[in-house]
Amino acid sequence: MTAIAVRGLTRRFGNFTAVNGISFDVGAGEVFGFLGANGAGKTTAIRMLVGLLAPSAGEATVAGFDVRTQAEDVRRNIGYMSQRFSLYGDLTVRENITLYGSIYGLTRAAIAERTTTLLQALALTQQSDALVGSLPLGWKQKLAFSVALVHSPRIVFLDEPTGGVDPITRRQFWELIYSAAAAGTTVFVTTHYMDEAEYCDRVSIMVDGRIAALGTPRALKEQFAAPSIDEVFVRLARPVAESSA
Amino acid sequence: MRAALRAFVVKEVHHILRDRQTLTILLLMPLVQVVLFGFALRSDVRDIRVAFVDPSPDHATIALRNRFAATHRFQVVATSANTHGLEPLFQRGAADIAIIFPPDFAAQLQSGEPARLLLASDASDPNTGTAMQGYARAVIVAQEAEWAPAAPRITVESRMRFNPTLESVNLFVPGLIALVLTLVSALMTAISLSREKERGTLEVLFVSPLRPWQIILGKVLPYLALAFANVLTALAAAWIVFRVPFQGSLVLLLFASTVYAVISLGIGVVIAAHTTSQRAAMLGTLLGTMLPSTLLSGMVFPIASMPAPLAVVSNIVPARWFIVITRGIMLKGVGVTYLWRELLVLGVMMLVLMLLATRSFKPRLA
Amino acid sequence: MRLLAVLLRKEFAQILRDKLMMRQMFLMPVIQLLVLSSAATFEVKTANVYVVDRDQSTASRALVQRLQASGRFRVRGASPSMSLANEALLARSVGMILSIPADFERELTRGSMSRVQLVLNAEDGAAAGVTQSYAAQIIRAYASDAPGPPTPERERSVLVDVRVRGWYNPTLDYRDYMVPGILVQLVTVIGTLLTAMNIVREKEIGTLEQLSVTPLPRATFVAGKLLPLWIIAMVELALGLVVARYVFGVPMVGSLLLVFFAAAVYLLAALGIGLAVSTIAQTQQQAMFVTFFIVMIYLLMSGLFTPVRSMPDWAQWMAQLNPVKHFIEIMRAVMLKGAGLAEVSRQLGILALIGTAVLSLAIRQHDRRTS
Repeated sequence: MTAIAVRGLTRRFGNFTAVNGISFDVGAGEVFGFLGANGAGKTTAIRMLVGLLAPSAGEATVAGFDVRTQAEDVRRNIGYMSQRFSLYGDLTVRENITLYGSIYGLTRAAIAERTTTLLQALALTQQSDALVGSLPLGWKQKLAFSVALVHSPRIVFLDEPTGGVDPITRRQFWELIYSAAAAGTTVFVTTHYMDEAEYCDRVSIMVDGRIAALGTPRALKEQFAAPSIDEVFVRLARPVAESSA
Repeated sequence: MRAALRAFVVKEVHHILRDRQTLTILLLMPLVQVVLFGFALRSDVRDIRVAFVDPSPDHATIALRNRFAATHRFQVVATSANTHGLEPLFQRGAADIAIIFPPDFAAQLQSGEPARLLLASDASDPNTGTAMQGYARAVIVAQEAEWAPAAPRITVESRMRFNPTLESVNLFVPGLIALVLTLVSALMTAISLSREKERGTLEVLFVSPLRPWQIILGKVLPYLALAFANVLTALAAAWIVFRVPFQGSLVLLLFASTVYAVISLGIGVVIAAHTTSQRAAMLGTLLGTMLPSTLLSGMVFPIASMPAPLAVVSNIVPARWFIVITRGIMLKGVGVTYLWRELLVLGVMMLVLMLLATRSFKPRLA
Repeated sequence: MRLLAVLLRKEFAQILRDKLMMRQMFLMPVIQLLVLSSAATFEVKTANVYVVDRDQSTASRALVQRLQASGRFRVRGASPSMSLANEALLARSVGMILSIPADFERELTRGSMSRVQLVLNAEDGAAAGVTQSYAAQIIRAYASDAPGPPTPERERSVLVDVRVRGWYNPTLDYRDYMVPGILVQLVTVIGTLLTAMNIVREKEIGTLEQLSVTPLPRATFVAGKLLPLWIIAMVELALGLVVARYVFGVPMVGSLLLVFFAAAVYLLAALGIGLAVSTIAQTQQQAMFVTFFIVMIYLLMSGLFTPVRSMPDWAQWMAQLNPVKHFIEIMRAVMLKGAGLAEVSRQLGILALIGTAVLSLAIRQHDRRTS
């Protein structure tokens, strides 16, 4: 079953075209890496998919619902972790979980149960009543990820979730992503850490608003005869860099 | 070093220019205030609504009532035979004054004893209450003169100097200038500094070769310029629209404005240095500068009317001294000879604050 | 709705944890009331006078005595020189010059008209007017029983004895008049400013965006934001009323319930304005400035400091649309004059109308901006 289907999605801002007719599919349970340099159009694309921005042209369905006409349904079925950290720093861990749980319609009992599970999984049981703002960055990110999954959505969108985090925490984060995928959640993650691309089932690389490459990490490395995705990316981005040099 | 400072100032200017909303408000506010309030804020009393209670109308009561009706300033809203309807009338705010005649007014007049008459005014606003009473009395006295003309014994000729027409706008323009200067200098500086502090970019600056006083200078210069622009705009608006007088030296006024602006800037810097968040800086500046500047400076409420402890406190409010200077220059046309005391006080305050400001940022380097 | 309850709990948790705001919320009313109510008076206590007495007669001295005896005037200087007097006026050591001409007593005893001149420093405007009327009153009183030839006219100089009574504020205490206005200002600032800044803060840190991706209905979100502030504003009002009543002895003639009811209706408009501002501001700083600007205009044009009736007609029309104006009228009417529901029903009606209009427009704007 296709979790996300995108056809010719476009977004213009005045004269500037940020996203230029991209098309791809993401299957259920996939971990899909949406890569690209800063300014390539990644964030704009993801914002269109979660309903924060209206497309200028093209179509997309998320969890089977059209992003333009069935926005409410889309929202109910997805989780989102934005680039700017979006949990409430002045609320406790528990309060944040309860808040988002209630928003997604979980019963009180369900919230209590999810809270316990979540806290155990993150080893945060001791800090359940600590203010989120007092947690170190890595913990905050992991918490935000878990909260995005509190209602067990079919798809979760992560926008640069591991920015500024130490390598060990990054590894732990990806373990969380894997367990979510193993449970059947589709994970759509954008990042500009090319090494994280190796962890994904499939990746796409955006350059200047278009998708310049799409496929499994191995296939892409073969295609471009590169030892790493990083190299693939540099090859793709270089013509652009050279023309603007 | 000069180049670094210049670059820094340029950066600040960009910040200010890019925040269109705040900029618009900062530039617009003095203008709107001067024009709007100049037209709208008056204290004189017009259209006094008078209700009569006349249990048995006779030629005397009718004569007096007619006189009121004929006087422009008054507007008769009700006439009744008893006082029952009066209270609700006042409570609804439909009448300002009630004149209550006794049932035998004309008879009392003839009797040789003074005739009694009750004038009840809505004195919930003591100011207008007294004024309305005064105007009503004048009408009564005029009527008395018609009944029994008597040569006036003493004429009182009054001259109001420095503001002959008692134009409210002439009075608050000086205060407005102080307010605007305080707002732009103190508030904007405090916010801008605390924002950099919050974001951490201030630390980067401290690590640079720039000295603390240069950093502060670079920060405040654009706001000083902005404050200046505001003063000139307000003055221009006041002059063009209302012909507010400007008797004295513009140069002196600008000089005093600069000193006052530096004081406010200093306050803004000190507050920003001692607060940890933008919001705290905002609120601190509001409480610490705006409130005293409007309430305790003599801008709206005269210092002479304040109870002693507040009057003493007002001495440390810089705006208080600045307003005396501004009013002196604009309304009286006086110069340094009369204002040297106030200028001196401001000067001392400025030095103290500059010292405090630079000092409050030093410990960070220790 | 359970979701609403959760939202309310979140808001209150955040507010109560914000030590700065808590301190401010309790300090502000107290400080404002204290300072404003003490400072806010135009009453002039004693005025300093410079006497230029060119007559130096019994009559002129008696006049000066009369002025001093009233307790409102203090002679700070005297000389026959007008230019010295003007200097004193310019230098602010006196507020008024009393100039008595050389023929004062002579004219008085002859039964013809004598003149005196008052020159006042009108820098302060209001104060000058008040001083002038006091002085004029005293001089007129002096005139009616000054020595002079008896004339038939003089015997009937006072035809009408006007008894004056100021209703609702017999002591002419300016404080009683100001306090309702101050309370209004308090409620307005909290209602409008805090609403705007609160919502914009969520915009700034990104939680607003996060919430837009959830199925949280807009209406619930708005209600969750506005209700807590509505409650807090009412609490502030209660606090202010307590301080006003028990610290300053400001009367509370009318119904307390009516005061709160009026405040509840008024807050619709105040919160609505805050919400509207939050849709156009991107940062808390902008929110603060824009709100400040708007609130200031509202407050100053509302009759809080200067009477609406004194404004030109166009300004009075504008004031009709100003919710603050109506709220102040209601507050003053109920607190000082004991007005009941019937008497303020018109203003309440207008308030309700303005409130619902502003709030619905603001909500629509908010919807538009976040979808």
